[in-house]
Amino acid sequence: MVESNAKSETGRQPVPVGVLGQFDHPDALKRAAAALRDAGFRNWDVHSPYPIHGVERAMGMRPSRLPWLVLLAGLTGIGLALALQIWTNAIDYPINISGKPLFSIPAFVPITFELMVLLAAFAAFGGALVLNLLPQFGHPVFCSRRFVDSGRTGFFISIEAVDPKFDADQLPALLSSLGATHTEVLFDLPGRESYPGWLKIGLLSVCIVAAVPPLLVAAYRAAPKSEPRIHIIQDMDFQEKYKAQTVSPLFADGRSARPDVEGVVALGMAEEDEHLYRGFLDGKPAEAFPMPVTMPMMQTGRELFNVYCSPCHGRVGEGGVTGIISARAVKRQEGTWTMPLSLHADSVVDQPVGQLFETITAGRRTMPSYSAQISAADRWAIVAYIRALQRSRHATIDDVPEEIRSNLK
Amino acid sequence: MSVVSAAYEHEHLSDDPRHRAPLTTPGLTASQVDDIVARTPELPRAPAAWYAAFTVSAAVAAMFFALIGYLIVTGIGVWGNNHPVYWAFDITNFVFWIGIGHAGTLISAILFLFRQKWRTSINRFAEAMTIFAVICALIFPGIHMGRIWLAYWMAPYPNQMAMWPQFRSPLMWDVFAVSTYFTVSLLFWYLGLIPDLAVLRDRATGWWRKRLYGLFALGWRGSARQWHVYERAYLFLAALGTPLVLSVHSVVSTDFSVAQLPGWHTTIFPPYFVAGAIFSGFGMVVTLMVPARQFFGLKDLITVRHLDNMNKVILGTSCMVGYAYGLEFFTAWYSGNAYEQFVFINRATGPYAWAYWTMVLCNVVLPQLFWFRWARTTPWLMWLVAIGVNIGMWFERFVIIVTSLSRDYLPSSWQMFVPTWVDLGMLVGSFGLFFTCFLLFCRYLPMVAMAEVKQILPGAHGSEKH
Repeated sequence: MVESNAKSETGRQPVPVGVLGQFDHPDALKRAAAALRDAGFRNWDVHSPYPIHGVERAMGMRPSRLPWLVLLAGLTGIGLALALQIWTNAIDYPINISGKPLFSIPAFVPITFELMVLLAAFAAFGGALVLNLLPQFGHPVFCSRRFVDSGRTGFFISIEAVDPKFDADQLPALLSSLGATHTEVLFDLPGRESYPGWLKIGLLSVCIVAAVPPLLVAAYRAAPKSEPRIHIIQDMDFQEKYKAQTVSPLFADGRSARPDVEGVVALGMAEEDEHLYRGFLDGKPAEAFPMPVTMPMMQTGRELFNVYCSPCHGRVGEGGVTGIISARAVKRQEGTWTMPLSLHADSVVDQPVGQLFETITAGRRTMPSYSAQISAADRWAIVAYIRALQRSRHATIDDVPEEIRSNLK
Repeated sequence: MSVVSAAYEHEHLSDDPRHRAPLTTPGLTASQVDDIVARTPELPRAPAAWYAAFTVSAAVAAMFFALIGYLIVTGIGVWGNNHPVYWAFDITNFVFWIGIGHAGTLISAILFLFRQKWRTSINRFAEAMTIFAVICALIFPGIHMGRIWLAYWMAPYPNQMAMWPQFRSPLMWDVFAVSTYFTVSLLFWYLGLIPDLAVLRDRATGWWRKRLYGLFALGWRGSARQWHVYERAYLFLAALGTPLVLSVHSVVSTDFSVAQLPGWHTTIFPPYFVAGAIFSGFGMVVTLMVPARQFFGLKDLITVRHLDNMNKVILGTSCMVGYAYGLEFFTAWYSGNAYEQFVFINRATGPYAWAYWTMVLCNVVLPQLFWFRWARTTPWLMWLVAIGVNIGMWFERFVIIVTSLSRDYLPSSWQMFVPTWVDLGMLVGSFGLFFTCFLLFCRYLPMVAMAEVKQILPGAHGSEKH
């Protein structure tokens, strides 16, 4: 039985675009497919609601090229990820973290893996569409009412008109002889496109509408403006506060910076003893301690020296690379690192205690001020301990008590 | 039309080794599969109960987006996060939702590779759950940045600051892992949907219906040449998805374990997180599946045996997380590290002990019911246990994040975390978004992979042995 179903309202004559045969069992389908394969047809296909095992063998299909695409994409992902991470984190913007290696491949593994999977998955999905020529909204089989109405439950074989051995008169009989329970010739109007017009218009209008906002923004950015531009994200660029030297209408004198309220003593303003708090006497560095030097004070000095000073100057004050901070900086080849002085250098030994105190209080060159961490009395204790360290390096035989001098000889 | 079910239940649960238990109700034909699955998408009007559920979910989802807007405009201070609890509900919700997603990938990819054919009835459903859970998950790290308009700083692009992201940071790994996971899950889901969308297209009667399903079916015509490539692509996506799903939660766990905080800094985290993710995901699948198979008439395809199998997975993974909980205490004791020991004693007896014991009760004690077959095959009971698992797994993440942060090295900085109404609203709101997506999926898309179920019907491939 042959059915014709194409409409011809336009006056154009429908032409045969293929032949369709329906089968009622997977076994019959596979037998027919094997026969068509042996007969040498090229543009033909088997249609089923699910993949039937063995049909690809019956049709003589070659293995898909998809695995190669996936492999290629996966390798590209690996290469891309490694190149990206090594270039950015080891070459273009190296961040030295405790001297750990810059080419840290183990740390780059997770992202390398993820990009490999991502690109390979794109290849698998995209490859499935491209190799299947999808999307393809028009095809000869869709000209069959029966094919569409079967709701994807029937088994079919279609032979397209482009096949060199196509013959609309003979093929239905051939399919019937191969076990088809129903055959039909598929007719369609010549020159009909596979993409319906409504889809083209729809996609085109979506693209046009979507392009409008970015174009407007681009036009606004490019155009010269005399006033400030729109500041969409404010962040904290404009804060409701007064900056220095600005005018405030709140106060009679118009100054936003307010003078101290009468009688207020600000933090640190009560430290009036120049000797104790600054280390100065009569405008010059003091030569003497402001308090008596005692053994407990010396012990405090040693403890605090080891906490605050030894990381750079070393436990015995030799400076150079004897402190751990300094040693690390040298190991990391920090270009901006200034070597800490040896406390036994003549220039330091000759300083009055007041000047040593002042250095700890206010800092010197790259050494910061320690007045916030260490109280004035403790700073003097450190100075006392430094003096003891210096004495130990520059001692003479006269410094040793009489009764034990003989032990040293 | 329903051929049902009760009469066959003993057969679905048969453990007779001489023959395989049927994967669907026996005697089902290919066109009956189409009829069952396409019934809901083809209803001219959704049932009143669907409208009621959708209205509630959509309203809650709308509240979620309103709260996100409030957060963005006002700042992170609307949450209860403080110093030192910098991460609280935000990251708890993120890890919770990401974990939910993992069951979907496990069912669709790992069970596919292991040729567990029973997966065909539930994989579409579980994959949809994955997509929606990952959408919910992605929102939280996005909004917890505070200045969300600078989110593009996470991307490695040449910029005027001449800076690059720190690729050695687990947070950066997370960006890549989770976005890859979402993309691959979506591709996998859509690839599986194409043949089924073609079925809905061919069955459709309305103009819009035919064209919309037709558009997304891409002109699929079920030809053997198409199936050939399609099956290959599906296999590749499964093979890629399997290590991917293991990597994603491992990477998420490194967000914690690479930090030096006691309670976080531990090597057990990657496997422990993956097991917990699968556990929570299966809990969510059962939570959704039990009412859905009842309500949408899918009992012939999603049989008691499916539920039984999933409950076995829940039981197995429950034992794994229970083992991990115990091992954490052992490791803390064995380490001899006072800080590590304190953290775990504090978890069990400290101010958040109620959260810890809720977690143990829901995750370890409750699922032990599944040792009994009647518990594994009684829908209302497994539904309650599964909801318990969801609650317990949320608390697991809360316990790991908040108890560790609130009691860090320096007692002077200790601080309790108390959620604000915005925290609670966003937690509830994310469920609203999830269920809104899910209800739309149930209404308009095939809930069961028809093409895959047809393949496992007896005689689908003819008499030829393969």
